[in-house]
Amino acid sequence: MMAALLELKNVHTYYGHIHALKGVDLHINQGEIVTLIGSNGAGKSTTLRTISGIARPKRGQVFLNGKDITGMKPHEVTALGVGHVPEGRRIFPLLTVQENLEVGAWNVTDKATINARMQQCFELFPRLKERLAQKGGTLSGGEQQMLAISRALMAQPSVVLLDEPSMGLSPVLVEGIFEIIKRINADGTTVLLVEQNAQMALQIAQRGYVLQTGIVALQDSAEMLIQDETVRKVYLGEN
Amino acid sequence: MESSRKAANPLRQLVGWFTTPPVTGHWSYRFILYPLLQIIAFISVIALFLSAIAYLLAFLFPEPRPNILLLQQVNRQLPGMIISGISIGFVYAMIALGYTLVYGVLKFINFAHSEIFMVGGVIGFEVMRRIDDAGFIQTWNPVLLITTIVLAAMLSSGLLAVFIERVAYRPLRNAPRLIPLISAIGVSFFLTDFVRAAQALIRNDFNLTYPTNDLEWLRGAIPVAFGEVTVNVKPTSIIIVLGAVVTLVALNFFVNGTKLGRGIRAVSQDQATAGLMGINVNRMISLTFFVGGAFGGAAGTLFGMNVGTITPYVGFIPGVKAFTAAVLGGIGNVTGALLGGLTIGMLEAFLQGLLVYFPALGQRYTDIFVFLILILILIFRPSGLLGERVDEKV
Repeated sequence: MMAALLELKNVHTYYGHIHALKGVDLHINQGEIVTLIGSNGAGKSTTLRTISGIARPKRGQVFLNGKDITGMKPHEVTALGVGHVPEGRRIFPLLTVQENLEVGAWNVTDKATINARMQQCFELFPRLKERLAQKGGTLSGGEQQMLAISRALMAQPSVVLLDEPSMGLSPVLVEGIFEIIKRINADGTTVLLVEQNAQMALQIAQRGYVLQTGIVALQDSAEMLIQDETVRKVYLGEN
Repeated sequence: MESSRKAANPLRQLVGWFTTPPVTGHWSYRFILYPLLQIIAFISVIALFLSAIAYLLAFLFPEPRPNILLLQQVNRQLPGMIISGISIGFVYAMIALGYTLVYGVLKFINFAHSEIFMVGGVIGFEVMRRIDDAGFIQTWNPVLLITTIVLAAMLSSGLLAVFIERVAYRPLRNAPRLIPLISAIGVSFFLTDFVRAAQALIRNDFNLTYPTNDLEWLRGAIPVAFGEVTVNVKPTSIIIVLGAVVTLVALNFFVNGTKLGRGIRAVSQDQATAGLMGINVNRMISLTFFVGGAFGGAAGTLFGMNVGTITPYVGFIPGVKAFTAAVLGGIGNVTGALLGGLTIGMLEAFLQGLLVYFPALGQRYTDIFVFLILILILIFRPSGLLGERVDEKV
């Protein structure tokens, strides 16, 4: 079996006294789109936060390319090639769009590379090019999401963690964002996608995990999960 | 939405232009012309405003004491008050920057900053004194001499601030907010007594007198004529203004025009997300402390040169006034610190010039009015004149 790009082994994470992750095991292979679905408070965001080092697991390990990254600081994890698009976009509101993108490429010192990557982002989201000199806080929700994704791509991560990219966006925009996620993946970036919109997430993902109160309740290929009865009832809203 | 509504009001637009640094344009405009224009605009507006109030007072109280015509006194003193207001205002602005920069990244008031300012004054004294003892003070080029003293004070105060953050604040980063505040007050007491003890051991005296009298060009006063009025300008006032303008323009470039400045701004807006971008948040916080401390140190030594004597206790009052200035301008806002510092400095100069003519008042009541501003601002506009303009959308 091929070694996983990202692997979590029996990860336990706490927020104060709250036991948010109770032994999560999951892995993502190179080139995959994997989705994490689950209801509010199931631990989806916490899983991403644990991977990128914002939350520190109490027990268990996180491996990236076979290297133990448990307990590393967020900037160290980022330097190893993990991009994280946080929940709620978290654009720097007082930095311009250009500055937001430049901050995304923090570890890149070469100006020409930064410009080339910015051009790649404009190919994905032409709208951002018109907004370059505008402050991040003045963008619409959809534009902020585009900026958040672009900002993570500026570091050219090997795996990108997307936390609820469709939240608060109109259906048209959501479809656009999912198209982009497919394109990013086709260009070679591995994707770990957390979504409330399980229907759409399972359509673009190869595999999925269902989280329930901090543990992995189900894991399977996306096709199997779509057909699974509990998933259909609980997460896809069917009777 | 917000911006389009603001655009309807031309006055607001003008104020906005002077208080929000431009993000586009040629570098010479963004980093040299704009900050200079901003400083000139702030000084002019404050001077006009305070002069208007002074003339209003002269109109309301034409003869506050027998045989003293306030109008005459205002006419005579106005240029002098404005000049001394500018120089003390720049000192306050430079100290206020330290409070505001640190508040920007950590949302924490560094109450030890007034002692970082004091240490800058002491280091400046030590360097100048040693140059004097070595006999070079007469032969050195004045620009080189002042630059050496100021840079030494900046470097040591900056490093001291970084050290304080590392040992006294960083371990308390996740503690309740009051705890680092108490730690800061402790550091402040420690530094005062440490400097006192050290100077008592080295010099047997902790009143440190700058050897400014040994220099011809620093001792005298330069007469400047304003119509019929002649004002004697102290050379140190000119040094303060030049030093402050140069460092403020440099700071504007650093914060708005460099990668590290961008990193500091990112950390101040969203620490967790800045970490996700690959920014070493702790390093940015240290850097912020360095820059803030360096400004405090420069202010300390310029203040020391101007006043002539530094003691270990000298930091408190200017520190609290600069804190008032930072709050007045809007804590966390760099432009606000400049505006607030100049306002407090000018106000103080006007009060010192005119309060003597009022019976039952006098110069010693100056500070009451300055701190009254702090109280009024905290009650009526806690976000300050320029506020912390974070229009976050969630």
